[in-house]
Amino acid sequence: MKQIPAPFWTLVLGIAVTLISLWVGQNHNLLPVQASEQAPLVDDLFGVMVTIGTALFIVVQGAIVYSMIRFRRRKGDDTDGPPIEGNLPLEAFWTAIPSIIVVGLGLYSVVVFQEMGGFSPGGHHGHGAMVAMAPQQSVIDVAPLLAQMGLGESADADVYSKTQVYGFGASPLVQMNQPDVTVNVTGMQFAWIFRYPDTGITDGELHIPVGKDVQLKIEAQDVIHSFWVPQFRLKQDALPGEPGELRFVATREGTYPVVCAELCGSYHGAMRTQVIVHSPEDYADWVASRVAEATPTTTVAQPLENPSDAEYLAAVVKDRPFGAIAPDLAKSPVQIAQMDHAQMDHGAFANH
Amino acid sequence: MFKPFNKTRFMAQAEVSIKPTEDQGGHGHPDKWKWYDYFTFNVDHKVIGIQYLVTSFLFYLVGGFMAVLMRTELATPDSDFLSPELYNAFLTNHGTIMIFLWIVPAAIGGFGNFLIPLMIGARDMAFPKLNAIAFWLNPPAGALLAASFFFGGGAQSGWTSYPPLSEITANLPQTLWCLALIMVGTSSILGSVNFLVTIWKMRVPSMKWDQMPLFCWAMVATSILALFATPVLAAAMVLLLFDINFGTSFFKPDAGGNVVVYQHLFWFYSHPAVYLMILPIFGIMSEVIPVHARKPIFGYKAIAYSSLTICLVGLFVWVHHMFTSGTAPWMRIFFTISTLIVAVPTGVKIFSWVATLWGGKIRYTTAMLFAVGLLSMFVFGGLSGVTLGAAPFDIHVHDTYYVVGHFHYVLFGGSVFGIYSGVYHWFPKITGRMLNETLGKVHFVLTFIGTILTFTPMHQLGMQGMPRRVAMYDPQFADLNQLVTVGAYILAVSVIPFYFNVLWSWRSGKEAGPNPWNALTMEWTTDSPPIIENWEVLPVLTHGPYEYGMDKAVQVGPAGEPTEATQV
Repeated sequence: MKQIPAPFWTLVLGIAVTLISLWVGQNHNLLPVQASEQAPLVDDLFGVMVTIGTALFIVVQGAIVYSMIRFRRRKGDDTDGPPIEGNLPLEAFWTAIPSIIVVGLGLYSVVVFQEMGGFSPGGHHGHGAMVAMAPQQSVIDVAPLLAQMGLGESADADVYSKTQVYGFGASPLVQMNQPDVTVNVTGMQFAWIFRYPDTGITDGELHIPVGKDVQLKIEAQDVIHSFWVPQFRLKQDALPGEPGELRFVATREGTYPVVCAELCGSYHGAMRTQVIVHSPEDYADWVASRVAEATPTTTVAQPLENPSDAEYLAAVVKDRPFGAIAPDLAKSPVQIAQMDHAQMDHGAFANH
Repeated sequence: MFKPFNKTRFMAQAEVSIKPTEDQGGHGHPDKWKWYDYFTFNVDHKVIGIQYLVTSFLFYLVGGFMAVLMRTELATPDSDFLSPELYNAFLTNHGTIMIFLWIVPAAIGGFGNFLIPLMIGARDMAFPKLNAIAFWLNPPAGALLAASFFFGGGAQSGWTSYPPLSEITANLPQTLWCLALIMVGTSSILGSVNFLVTIWKMRVPSMKWDQMPLFCWAMVATSILALFATPVLAAAMVLLLFDINFGTSFFKPDAGGNVVVYQHLFWFYSHPAVYLMILPIFGIMSEVIPVHARKPIFGYKAIAYSSLTICLVGLFVWVHHMFTSGTAPWMRIFFTISTLIVAVPTGVKIFSWVATLWGGKIRYTTAMLFAVGLLSMFVFGGLSGVTLGAAPFDIHVHDTYYVVGHFHYVLFGGSVFGIYSGVYHWFPKITGRMLNETLGKVHFVLTFIGTILTFTPMHQLGMQGMPRRVAMYDPQFADLNQLVTVGAYILAVSVIPFYFNVLWSWRSGKEAGPNPWNALTMEWTTDSPPIIENWEVLPVLTHGPYEYGMDKAVQVGPAGEPTEATQV
């Protein structure tokens, strides 16, 4: 048997593992399209973790498989293996390497977190006032909040200036600026309501312009929901009584799903709508058309007496683009979500 | 008390506490337990261990049945098989049963109670009655969960039961659920005290701390963790119970309460709970691998201390379950770093087991296959765990199928594989009979394939945008979900050869003898099944637990012959 020195094989294997890991880290294709400024930051972090993970996976699984084959008991051999009880340098090595890796990953995570705006939620409030949750008779009774939503602008309590705000705020680059668009997002069983305090628009879908600094102020009305747009890589729980914020710049026009990620009741799976990222012109057109349509009585200031969730929703989304489906909403959120889905392209460009 | 003074102190001890075969003054109990003794308030640790194991294996079937129904629902995007309420009740109770009535009682209650006294040379646990009480809290807890389905359709707010949802949905079942959790929590606290005192005080005098089998170290770490964390869960459950039934408003935001506080209380227990479910399994790994690889465990001290490190660090990582919830930026960072640190002691264990395999003479027993299968699964589950620990990425995949895939890799691929491995390894000791190896291998192959097929695609589903706990989902995810459902059916089938094997072998398996694996830990020095009070004369430690291949080691003799260790 020809003797090739062990270090040679170790080197070859090491290079192979490194190349495979780097390739997997770049080409795993596991994540959906990137549609926000935060998305590439998150994906790069994930790519690094996949690279390191692949290398460790190959090495450890390789050692397991190799041992299972090479060191299997042969027929008739009832003796024991060599009495090796440990090896201090080796143990120090495999304690030190993961330690270095996790410290590195930890620091990298902090950097990404900071660039995403993770350190500044609630830093700048914009001018759209989020209404404080007034005491309600019951957690699911929407009437008091509904009344207040009509008075949103004049409500005196601005929880965003008083309380800790959770989520992602402005990235360090735009920290001194006001957001271009502010949207108040309210989660309720089982729908999202988007209100634009600047224009008084209320909608069941989120419309935002591409390339602009958007601030979402996230609240929940009944139970905990979680606002998630996979293509933005952003998620923030909508907590009753605790304000949340997501601030981001959408980088890609298109229609993407808005998903509720926190179990919120029987139709949690159907609590889906969509976010439409418009070109600035289309967005201006959309705003203009919605403002033109809107009269004070059709959108928000409808003081229904104790409406059910569904009645309330039917009222506020009556004139949304898919207005025809609003009556259905009162019956089945599932059907709505599925109809919405038919119009959604999950990241491919779509012009609305 | 009579003490013969021509013998050593140790012998005297043994003499005094010897099993009363010659019935003295009515203080005798039978030679062997009858079958009906296993259904009574029996204080023998072995009976209690078997009670835990059998009960938990029954609940495993119940929880698994729920999983199969849920996967059937998820074979199509529409909600067309179960009502959404029933689906939520199944997902809630699947989680609750699998954690609190399957893995925890099987790993801690079952193996812990059966093995700890046998491994340290004790005749029973320190507090036998407390031990029996701890077990008998479990069946009523299960009954409460079953009742919750008949009185209001089962709790529906997830095993996490976050308020306000848990306070406005299915109040009576939710109340029963809280009571069930308080009972299993109490059981866990009582059991932990017992393990700690037993290991601390009742080792045979000849056994030093560093001669203890690593399973005992794992149980020390597990018990400390349970003692610190479980009372907090009990507190959370009591507060939730009061909010639902007695008009308090601890977690009601519209009455001054705070919903995030519950999450802190819940996860302060429930993150350590994942270590409660894996540390005893790590202990099982450290016992099974050296025996079947015929090599000493590699890095005894590193493995023992890494259990304690995981126990300590594991108490400070709970907020990583709340990265998208109401958590301040500094918390997201602090808990990212602390979470990543857990990877280091866990890695030490994995590397040590791989090094134990390296150079051994590996026997392809089913126990060993499951142990190596666990190792393989856990590498993947551990790495996906690291990605979840990094807050920026967790923000994207939190509450998605990525998380579901990850924790099933570590809890099914980890804990359940470990329990299987332990059953194949210690079944001969527990029952005196061998399990059928052919059926065992069929079981292993089906489980291994089923696990990969079920839980791997879940990662991709989550990253692509599928949230967890949904009865209806976006049709673009249908293909991967069908693959997962096929995997789940394979897993459902995989338990058939196992349960058949256990039932059949318990009656008619091959006689095992005291030490069929030729293992060196102390439980193998007594009969299989062990006699009541474990040994006629307590054994003396003559060698460490893992001294395979050492000339100085006293090999335990072949089955049936008296061993060096018992010849006092």
